[in-house]
Amino acid sequence: MSHPEMPPVDEAVIARRGEIAAALRRIVPKGVIDNAVGLKPYESDGLTAYKTPPLVVVLPETVAEVSAVLAWCHENDVKVVPRGAGTSLSGGALPLADGVLLSMMKFNRVKEIDFDNRVAVVEPGVTNLGITRAVEHAGFYYAPDPSSQIACSIGGNVAENSGGVHCLKYGLTTNNVLGVELVLITGEVVRLGGKHLDSEGVDLLALIVGSEGLLGVVTEVTVRILRAPETARAVLVAFSSSEAAGECVADIIAAGIIPGGMEMMDNPAINAAEDFVNVGYPRDAEALLIVELDGPDVEVDHLLSRVEAIARGRGAMECRVSTSDAERMAFWAGRKAAFPAVGRISPDYYCMDGTIPRKQLPRVLARMRELSVEHGLRVANVFHAGDGNLHPLILYDANVPGELDRAEAFGADILRLCVEVGGVLTGEHGVGIEKRDLMPTMFSDIDLAHQIRVKCAFDDKHLLNPGKVFPELHRCAELGRMHVSGGKLPFPDIPRF
Amino acid sequence: MTLTPSSTADVQAAVAEAVAARAPLVLRGHGSKAGIGRPDGNEKPLFLAGLTGVTLYEPEELVLSARAGTPIAEIEALLDARGQELAFEPMSFHALAGTGQGTLGGAMMTNQSGPRRIKMGAARDHVLGVEAVSGRAEIFKAGGRVVKNVTGYDLAKGLCGSWGTLAVATEVTVKVLPKAETAATLMLLGLPSARAVAALSAALGSPADVSGAAHLPLDAAARAGLPGPATLMRLEGFEPSVAARFERLAVLLAPFGAAERLAGEASAALWRAVRDAAPIAEPAARAIWRISVAPTAGPTVAATVAAGREAEAFYDWGGGLVWLATDPVDDGGAALIRGAVAAAGGGHATLVRGPAALRETIPVFQPQPAALAALGRRLKAEFDPYAILNPARMAGDA
Repeated sequence: MSHPEMPPVDEAVIARRGEIAAALRRIVPKGVIDNAVGLKPYESDGLTAYKTPPLVVVLPETVAEVSAVLAWCHENDVKVVPRGAGTSLSGGALPLADGVLLSMMKFNRVKEIDFDNRVAVVEPGVTNLGITRAVEHAGFYYAPDPSSQIACSIGGNVAENSGGVHCLKYGLTTNNVLGVELVLITGEVVRLGGKHLDSEGVDLLALIVGSEGLLGVVTEVTVRILRAPETARAVLVAFSSSEAAGECVADIIAAGIIPGGMEMMDNPAINAAEDFVNVGYPRDAEALLIVELDGPDVEVDHLLSRVEAIARGRGAMECRVSTSDAERMAFWAGRKAAFPAVGRISPDYYCMDGTIPRKQLPRVLARMRELSVEHGLRVANVFHAGDGNLHPLILYDANVPGELDRAEAFGADILRLCVEVGGVLTGEHGVGIEKRDLMPTMFSDIDLAHQIRVKCAFDDKHLLNPGKVFPELHRCAELGRMHVSGGKLPFPDIPRF
Repeated sequence: MTLTPSSTADVQAAVAEAVAARAPLVLRGHGSKAGIGRPDGNEKPLFLAGLTGVTLYEPEELVLSARAGTPIAEIEALLDARGQELAFEPMSFHALAGTGQGTLGGAMMTNQSGPRRIKMGAARDHVLGVEAVSGRAEIFKAGGRVVKNVTGYDLAKGLCGSWGTLAVATEVTVKVLPKAETAATLMLLGLPSARAVAALSAALGSPADVSGAAHLPLDAAARAGLPGPATLMRLEGFEPSVAARFERLAVLLAPFGAAERLAGEASAALWRAVRDAAPIAEPAARAIWRISVAPTAGPTVAATVAAGREAEAFYDWGGGLVWLATDPVDDGGAALIRGAVAAAGGGHATLVRGPAALRETIPVFQPQPAALAALGRRLKAEFDPYAILNPARMAGDA
């Protein structure tokens, strides 16, 4: 998957930079950047291996401005890349040299908090954590918690269907968003959902969440807010094999227990974390589980004892229940610092994001160790064990010629392995450009054609974020052709036009 | 041509022939929801009830796949034996239409969710993957079998609520969850509707983890065998947890009245009745509307309609789901209801029971603003360019 090709740059559009910037300035007088220095900060997102300065950046402040910008670009066949906080790990906001970068970060107001209906209405530039900050005084919070929550925007969360460590119990972004206001590439403004539940007819909101900026630009989001659980406690369980840890996870779920969070780390990740934060992780463990239970005190106590019994039954080397909130936070400190901890033991690391059926974990870890040898690169694993979302961290040194390529090849092998065992290419980071060219390992041409048909209904000129998600952008008219298989058209008696 | 397919290939062949002949199809599982939507014309039924069988069930992975025509009852029995369930509580149309719970494909593609919607999400929140045949007679799949998946557009969810107008679902993969160890219902008696919804809001905004929040006004309560207007809150989970939460919720709601406790089958039967809109089903001649609004707007909408014509309501989803019965004369209250919904901040109203003559003349589903309606038409044209699949069902123009 190394170095996916982006759509060919249209030099004619680049030649029109001045004219395009002037037109956008008429719409957003104080929000257009077109000088090289000003464009520099926008040249990449969280996938920093890829950099392209955009043609021009526009920062609208009102829905009317967003609508006018998109309508102008549609009219003039200019591509648009929407951007939130720029924390995407899959290159979802990578600019195009011949495209306008539309930053939504001036949309940063919390518009309404409605505790009676348990919703918050916010602009897309509000950070994920900002929503919780706005409602926590009343004991509420917003459930999805991607690890970038301090920086990432809710608009970006909608685009990527972001997850976090509490997904198994509380769902992803798609399960917590009730409505959006959306501007189509034509400049039309539509509203999907609101403070009420569920859509009428085709669930367009479900298509928008996770659409990676290819279908429209979100200008307002209505999210469900929840009353924070009364208490949360965690138990740290160490095992001498990943098999035993995997069986423990399966037993917990089989007992009818859905923990608030259930995380696993492998031996390299345990040691990297322990070196960094020193919280007393057992260094000789092959797998470490952190199981967090939340709810009323009496429920948490009850379930902790059951989890502890299950863990001991599976031969846990060590089983430590947090006795204070400080201790619970210490359990988490190592896990939450896993990425920077790995960053200390390697000049660079590449974070992957596949999901597998949980029971395949031992097989996937074993195969990953073999791949590690084959590619000559180390790997550390952190794993959202509850929902099967795996984050292998591949260690490499970008200054060693060829190592980035090897890291990317290793990463692609891991993702193919995920699909092979019944899983998927990405659990929460998105396809973007990073996994774009692997899409055919999971989907047939016809599967992908049906996804692109959704794109065609929203943006038939392919102006919104082209080059992302789909390996090939068929023109919408071409999709109408039936697929030829073995020289024969299926159903030759069907008239085609 | 077989119109009783027993495989995905059969479905594809049937759709291909229908496309070739430009002869539209109406999709039919058990027909449990056949009375919802614009009445069919002379489309041929494509009977999907033979497309049955659970193809994958891994309790420890919380996942189940089944062919679309598999009865919900069969799936629920299978799950129950392993202490699991479909947490979104798919409703049965027994009380409203004399039919039943229908098939898995029917429940998912019409996004049927019961009282637990407020806590656990809708049917669409439990769909993980789908295999389907589009109106182009092409077999495609979307999603997968794992919970965390952002690979491509979420077409599996997107098809939920499409009522068979974009594609024929042939196999559906869903998330299943452990069934609660125990359940209890806290009941307050005698509250007027607005006050009842205030109590429900207080409960839902508390740490009590309420998994059902309904209010039955006097008549609906009487039909459910309750002695007066009844405000109901369901608590589910592990025994000690339910007991502790009940005690605290009773204290929190003391200003609204004394809490009564229902448990066991009395509690379960009540929630089945709420799920199926049974408290409002009789008399059978009445039109029934299912209205989704912001929870606090529920009583206002019902009161506005009742001020204009005879109407009876009860509430689920903390007040946000209004089941409303009207007299099916003139427009059955459509204009009045949809005006009240718009005035209360928006939402949607669907006529889920009404005579064919009424369904011929009013939009059964909530009419969409122009830009959204055009978007819906473009999507339909992409997936079903020959208008072969359920062409009448969601037609909105009177």
